[in-house]
Amino acid sequence: MSPEAAILLSLGIPLAGAALIALAGRRPNLREGVTLATAGLLFLTVITLLPGVMDGARPEATLIEMLPGLPLRFEVEPLGMMFALVASGLWIVNSIYSIGYMRANKEAHQTRFYVCFAIALASTMGIAFAGNMLTLFVFYEALTLSTYPLVIHKGDAAAKQGGRTYLGILLFTSIGLQLLAIIWTWQVAGTLDFTAGGILAGKASDLVVGVLLLLYIYGIGKAALMPFHRWLPAAMVAPTPVSALLHAVAVVKAGVFTVMKVVVYIFGIDLLAASGQNLWLMYLAAASIVIASLVALTKDNLKARLAYSTVSQLGYVVLGAALATSAGVIGGSMQIAMHAMGKITLFFCAGAIYTATRKTEVSQMAGLGRVMPFTFGAFLIGALSIIGLPPLGGSWSKWHLMLGAADADQLVLIAVLMISSLLNVAYLIPIVARGFFLPAAPADEPRPVSARAGAGAGAAAAPKGGLSGIREAPWFCVVPLCLTALGCLALFFFADPLYRLLEPIAPP
Amino acid sequence: MIAAHLPALQVVVPLVAAPLCLLLRRGGLAWALALAASWAAFAIAALLLQQVLSTGPISYQLGGWAPPWGIEYRIDVVNGFVLLIVAAIGAVVLPYARVSVAHELPEDQQATFYTALMLCLTGLLGVTITGDAFNLFVFLEISSLSSYVLIALGRDRRALTAAFQYLVMGTIGATFIVIGVGLLYMVTGTLNMLDLAERLPPMAESRTVLAAFAFLTVGTGLKLALFPLHFWLPNAYAYAPSVVTAFLAATATKVSIYMLLRFFFTVFGTADSLDLATLENLLIPLGVAAILVCSTVAIFQTDVKRMLAYSSVAQVGYMVLGIGFASTAGLTAAIVHLFNHAMTKGGLFLALGCMALRLGSVQIESLAGLGRRMPLTMFAFVLGGFSLIGVPLTAGFISKWVLVQAALERGNWLVVAVILVGSLLAAVYVWRVIEVAYFRPGARDDAGEGIAEAPLSMLIPTWILIGASIYFGIHTSLTLGVAERAARFLLGGGA
Amino acid sequence: MDALGLYNYWIVIVLMMTGFYVVVSRGNLVKKIVGLNIFQTSMFILYISMGKVAGGTAPILAEGFETYSNPLPHVLILTAIVVGVATTALGLALVVRINEAYGTVEEDEIQLQDQEA
Repeated sequence: MSPEAAILLSLGIPLAGAALIALAGRRPNLREGVTLATAGLLFLTVITLLPGVMDGARPEATLIEMLPGLPLRFEVEPLGMMFALVASGLWIVNSIYSIGYMRANKEAHQTRFYVCFAIALASTMGIAFAGNMLTLFVFYEALTLSTYPLVIHKGDAAAKQGGRTYLGILLFTSIGLQLLAIIWTWQVAGTLDFTAGGILAGKASDLVVGVLLLLYIYGIGKAALMPFHRWLPAAMVAPTPVSALLHAVAVVKAGVFTVMKVVVYIFGIDLLAASGQNLWLMYLAAASIVIASLVALTKDNLKARLAYSTVSQLGYVVLGAALATSAGVIGGSMQIAMHAMGKITLFFCAGAIYTATRKTEVSQMAGLGRVMPFTFGAFLIGALSIIGLPPLGGSWSKWHLMLGAADADQLVLIAVLMISSLLNVAYLIPIVARGFFLPAAPADEPRPVSARAGAGAGAAAAPKGGLSGIREAPWFCVVPLCLTALGCLALFFFADPLYRLLEPIAPP
Repeated sequence: MIAAHLPALQVVVPLVAAPLCLLLRRGGLAWALALAASWAAFAIAALLLQQVLSTGPISYQLGGWAPPWGIEYRIDVVNGFVLLIVAAIGAVVLPYARVSVAHELPEDQQATFYTALMLCLTGLLGVTITGDAFNLFVFLEISSLSSYVLIALGRDRRALTAAFQYLVMGTIGATFIVIGVGLLYMVTGTLNMLDLAERLPPMAESRTVLAAFAFLTVGTGLKLALFPLHFWLPNAYAYAPSVVTAFLAATATKVSIYMLLRFFFTVFGTADSLDLATLENLLIPLGVAAILVCSTVAIFQTDVKRMLAYSSVAQVGYMVLGIGFASTAGLTAAIVHLFNHAMTKGGLFLALGCMALRLGSVQIESLAGLGRRMPLTMFAFVLGGFSLIGVPLTAGFISKWVLVQAALERGNWLVVAVILVGSLLAAVYVWRVIEVAYFRPGARDDAGEGIAEAPLSMLIPTWILIGASIYFGIHTSLTLGVAERAARFLLGGGA
Repeated sequence: MDALGLYNYWIVIVLMMTGFYVVVSRGNLVKKIVGLNIFQTSMFILYISMGKVAGGTAPILAEGFETYSNPLPHVLILTAIVVGVATTALGLALVVRINEAYGTVEEDEIQLQDQEA
């Protein structure tokens, strides 16, 4: 398969998948089979591109000229390669998980769910492979719109409210700020192609660079930099597979990925460092990291806590970009992959806990670890990876970020990174500890929802206050979360290929 | 030698069809004739535009009288493009009309309806094609009078008052235009637009010319629903029959925009006294106000048709902004938006017509659950709504892109902000409908299969327009290319 | 030439403003039509006045007459009068229909009925 074909196929496959899923809507098994097949095919297609990109090739494909001089164009470079691999790989795992979760919870509108999911993935691929800012923007908006039905999947008042916040913030920032920045860039630079070293060098004054940076950073609402982070907790009304893949991986990572792309290929890190405009961005990112972690501490709802944790972790990527040093950029980029793996594990666990016990609050989870050992074990691994302890993948990205901060002589930021890790410990570890070590609260009436065979007997036999009615979630849920937990481990030992892949974007 | 007479045929074909429709009496026959006439008009318009693009402006002397004494039909890139838009909308709307009109009007009024529709088409095409200022007024009145009739045919009795209100406002507007033309004739002794353009510069300072300019601007402003002269529009659009709303929304205001372009840039374009600053100071504030005020008002409407009517006034604001910049980029934006909005709004109103056919009402509450019951219609509405917002890959995005670029070129940050805020306001009002249609269960969900998808004869035209508004959001060389040539032509750089 | 020398233009202005005022201020729909007519009439006079050449006669070729009035505006205004008549007819037809539908031709009463509905 030629690289051009692979690029176009990686957009075409999920879209074709969406159409097939819609057609197979009345037969759930076939429909989910199609979803899995699509995800698998997509991953295989994406992976065929990898060897070439590792060897320094930059395959491209041009669709059509949308505006004079501005075609819809794709070009695969290391950053996008990594993002596409992460998103498409995790989609497979997530599809398995979705099947377990959606069936066990008897969600309605499942066809719509799988269709929108496939479209969202197609948009994500478009973002990952975009060859110019216009193409990226097109798919960025497509991602917003295709995930909206997923966010308000439940259709109740809370979901609608959440959906409004989600759409409101994302559309406001993208149309109000990002589009403006893009058109302005086009006016100033005369091109929007992602070019190594940036396109603005020598064309924009320091002030213009600063204003543009501000517009981009806040215009990319998906990066959830405070204070435009509200949409992320609001999106937690969605079913957990959505939160897991989209709001821990695809959508938010599309945001920080865009930030990274803009900094590396539109501004160029040399220009940014020379203009000095990256300073305030560093502090904004640092503030976002610390404040979001503090907010996470106060949240009792597990998904809300994870959401704020995501906001904080996304700050790392923005920080990496803002450092505008080689190690910073690479650390930030690695963080995209590392955090994706860790956070999807955590969300899978949250969904598994909800499926098995209907519990959503951290304070209700005492003692659950003993009846759901796999889930809580995986949660621990994911949490440690997020915190950044070896031997888990998350430690590498923190390591490189610290190096980057040292290169930029920003000792304060090293301190921020350390404080943040401590805060991560403070809000993630108690969940696990509570699950394993605290006794179950007796007054807490569990409502087991075992939708599986023999569930009726289990529910009837559940004595008051005990945990005996609770067991692990369906295997369709548990296997994926074990897989991603193992992924966190694997990323620690196989970080070197990732580093070699990413190195060319910001050679030291 | 038919080819040489295409400009005349453009107007004559629908004009002859009109009385014939009346004579046929039967609704079905009249419809068939009107359909044939509108498709013929479309074919003629396409041929004309192609001819203009390849060989330059066409001048046609009506009855062989040489201009400036006789009436000249003059087709250049600008009005060739507008002719195509008007004729295309006519050709798409007519197949749709059969079922919709049969549903909304009694049998004995249908032949009259098609007569009026053909006259309206004649008038709009005539206004666009003519190169004579007084002839323009005559055609304008033909189109206006027939559109009053069309609006009054609406089922609701409020259609009558809406039509009356429009009649009063429209007549005042037309009279203003005639006065303006008269004053120009007084100082120049000619009615031919090109002749006017030649003779005006030496007397540009004269008070008469300035008065003429003012009269023409206000008169045209009334016709194109320029904020704050738009009060006739929401009612007229809301109570007219669905077909009429779609047709007028997509063509009438667009032709008025064209008149504005013609007067400002062809007739007065050469006069120095009316420099760019005048336009900028006059039109830009009005455009800004239109976008902000009418988009906000649209958010609070409960009748979706009315909501879209207010949105039309706001969208006119975008075009006026583009004209106000009086730069190549600005005019390109105005002309391209004229086209894009005609497609989008036409498609949206057609989709609403499908809903009206099945539901009998387009109140926002009655749309609940429609995403399930009329998936194709509703999805067309969603795509059209995206184009109104300016989501990428829709025509609306292209318009906004070009317009923002024009504003940036002028360094007018306020306008840039307003354009973007306008998009967000559009998102709010479009989303209200989407939320109800898709995420609120229908009240009649269990009351049987009362509501089905609209018939194909209505769905296909709807999707043609919506499809066009998507297609021209992805493939823009035709629209942007022609619009830019037209803009250069208007600014005197030649085609 | 003093101000009164152009008296027909003053008449144009007076008629125009009178008509306009009637359209705006009267709530009776028939009176609105009347106002509209007066308004349009002012425009007719404007055109007729500008076609008149001092000392000129009707533009008919005949012995002994050298100066003619400009016939073009007069012809134009014939068209405009026809348009005006059509507008009036249509407007009055609408008023009749409104009267049938609402039982009144007063704007405020119509509005009242619409609000109640």
